[in-house]
Amino acid sequence: MDLSLTEQEKMVQSVVREFAEKEVGPIAAEIDKTERFPTETLKKMQKLGLYGLPYPKEYGGAGGSDLSYYLAIEELSKKCATTSVILAAPASLCAWPIMKYGNEDQKEKYFRAIVEGKRVGGFALTEPGAGTDSAMQQTTATLEGDHYVINGSKCFITGAGQFEFFVVMAMTDKTQRTRGISAFIVEANTPGFSVGKIEDKLGIRASATGELIFEDMKVPKECLLGKEGEGFKIAMQTLDGGRIGIAAQALGIAEGAMEESVKYIQERVQFGKPIGSFQGIQWYIAEMETKINAARGLMYDVIYKKQKGIPFSKEASMAKLFSSEMAMWVTDKAIQLHGGYGFTKDYPVERMHRDAKITEIYEGTSEVQKMVIASHTIVPKNK
Amino acid sequence: MKLKVLVCIKQVPDTNNVKIDKETGTLIRKGIKSILNPEDKNALEEALRLKDEIGDVFITVLSMGPNQASVVVKEAIAMGADRGILLSDRNFAGSDTWATSAILSSAINKIKEEDGLDLIFCGRQAIDGDTAQVGPQIAQHLKLPVISYVEELKYSENKVLVKRAIEDGHYIVECPTPVLLTAVKQLNTPRYPNMKRIFETFGENPERPIETWTAEDISLAKENMGLNGSPTRVKKIFTPSRKFEGEFLQGNLKEVARQLIVRLKERQII
Ligand SMILES: Cc1cc2nc3c(=O)[nH]c(=O)nc-3n(C[C@H](O)[C@H](O)[C@H](O)COP(=O)(O)OP(=O)(O)OC[C@H]3O[C@@H](n4cnc5c(N)ncnc54)[C@H](O)[C@@H]3O)c2cc1C
Repeated sequence: MDLSLTEQEKMVQSVVREFAEKEVGPIAAEIDKTERFPTETLKKMQKLGLYGLPYPKEYGGAGGSDLSYYLAIEELSKKCATTSVILAAPASLCAWPIMKYGNEDQKEKYFRAIVEGKRVGGFALTEPGAGTDSAMQQTTATLEGDHYVINGSKCFITGAGQFEFFVVMAMTDKTQRTRGISAFIVEANTPGFSVGKIEDKLGIRASATGELIFEDMKVPKECLLGKEGEGFKIAMQTLDGGRIGIAAQALGIAEGAMEESVKYIQERVQFGKPIGSFQGIQWYIAEMETKINAARGLMYDVIYKKQKGIPFSKEASMAKLFSSEMAMWVTDKAIQLHGGYGFTKDYPVERMHRDAKITEIYEGTSEVQKMVIASHTIVPKNK
Repeated sequence: MKLKVLVCIKQVPDTNNVKIDKETGTLIRKGIKSILNPEDKNALEEALRLKDEIGDVFITVLSMGPNQASVVVKEAIAMGADRGILLSDRNFAGSDTWATSAILSSAINKIKEEDGLDLIFCGRQAIDGDTAQVGPQIAQHLKLPVISYVEELKYSENKVLVKRAIEDGHYIVECPTPVLLTAVKQLNTPRYPNMKRIFETFGENPERPIETWTAEDISLAKENMGLNGSPTRVKKIFTPSRKFEGEFLQGNLKEVARQLIVRLKERQII
């Protein structure tokens, strides 16, 4: 496994790092506090070309590697996890399935729009009764002439009220369970589409998460993504790639907390010395750094497999599981190293800890990742 | 008609994070990241802004430095420049500002003869040497007018209207092109290199490969390059020591005033 970055990847890393330091970090505390969606940052990221980073040039993308995209997520997350969600939800959860399963018209209309930084879209799978058990879809889509009529509701959808279109999963055949689920591309201004409750959250507060409600919403037949019955497969494959993004996000959050901690312990003086000179403090730093590096290793491993075309479901789950739990642990210790100051909003580590928590939940909880890993590991013996 | 712009850029150590060796007085470059000199970025941004505004603008970037300096030339192309040239040769090593400006000028002359040039931009100064000499010296070599410390620029039909910063105010200068301008950071906010252009510019098969020119490619005698061509002799580098030490006068107002008069008289100020 070759983990060295190419000249291009190094450049992407250094440009996004500078971008995050200058444009993202300075407003992170404010947008967290006020739950303000940073439209200006979205526009800057679109101009920078981040939304098309790993996608083909023929659709306006940069033609970059998967690794370069995950490096960008990591760098943004060091300063502000919300901002990395605003990149990842459209670039990964919405653009990817359209690229993979969309027909030429859909790719031109929706995929290109995201890739070229003109529009942003989201991904709507979760429902009140279909969380971890995402196959329990209650939303239905019924073909009537040249239209599908969609009824139901989605919850916890990133970009609700902010993004312009969504890849929506709905049941087209209730008798079939997972094979009865289909995927649709739905414009948010379609009559019958409305946004319900927006959640008041612990972390990633500037990215709105909320309900989508569909009432006799008529969408043209052409909105079907892939074939009827392929929706569940599309969703699961999308989440495989998305999980690497969450691993990168968690890694970035932890690295950000680490940077803050290393700085703080060298400045804060107690007993006449910087607290960083005490071995008890250094041991925390050593453990934090080791866990961060282990997470980076798992992330690089899965990206390597993805780029080589080797199946990577299990590795994506391992990277996400480990990285997100690591981020919770590291940000907790970062607060500890800051003492009482770390518990206040004068320092960013408490925000990082709150932001880290979501990485253990969305795109499959830690428990789900364990199910995936176990199912790949416990292979039944042939009779 | 196409506006032809040349921007001189330099790779420098990121001195924001650099330390100075107390004994030798020089920068400790070890482990320090190399970057595109900040005010050169402002110079390039201004050229790019003109391109956004006018459209028909061709931007060449020129840098002298070792092979590693190709990174900043590529970065400039990724930001939007059309052509990149790196001047790299052993014979250039050890050049002071005079030799550097002579080498750059002779390359600029070559470009000018081939294709014409309307505007030449430099950054005000490089953060590693802080001399602010190379820009004006190039203008001298090329016998062009120079406007330094540019903080605002308007271009229209073969002339520029410039707001030029001075310590306690500014000049408004109008000048026909061709002209050399040196940019200060107040001029603009440089853009970031776009992701797509990064992938087009860096890596193995770049769409806009940079050109490397050696001493053979320019018409400048060898004795005018490198150490031989450098009249500057560094006598000593030192950290200036603080000469004046303050003294606190203590007591009530009258006493302090009396002491002050004594001190001023001692120094024959009054
Ligand atoms: C901020 C945020 C943004 C989100 N963005 C999106 C989005 O853009 N699109 C989208 O479709 N969804 C999104 N989600 C939804 C998210 O993916 C779900 O919340 C998640 O999948 C868990 O579902 P649930 O909340 O219903 O929890 P539940 O499924 O009710 O789980 C509750 C607990 O039980 C555990 N559990 C459940 N079943 C089992 C089992 N069989 N064995 C062991 N443990 C189990 C879970 O791991 C969890 O710990 C988002 C959620 C949040 C909070």
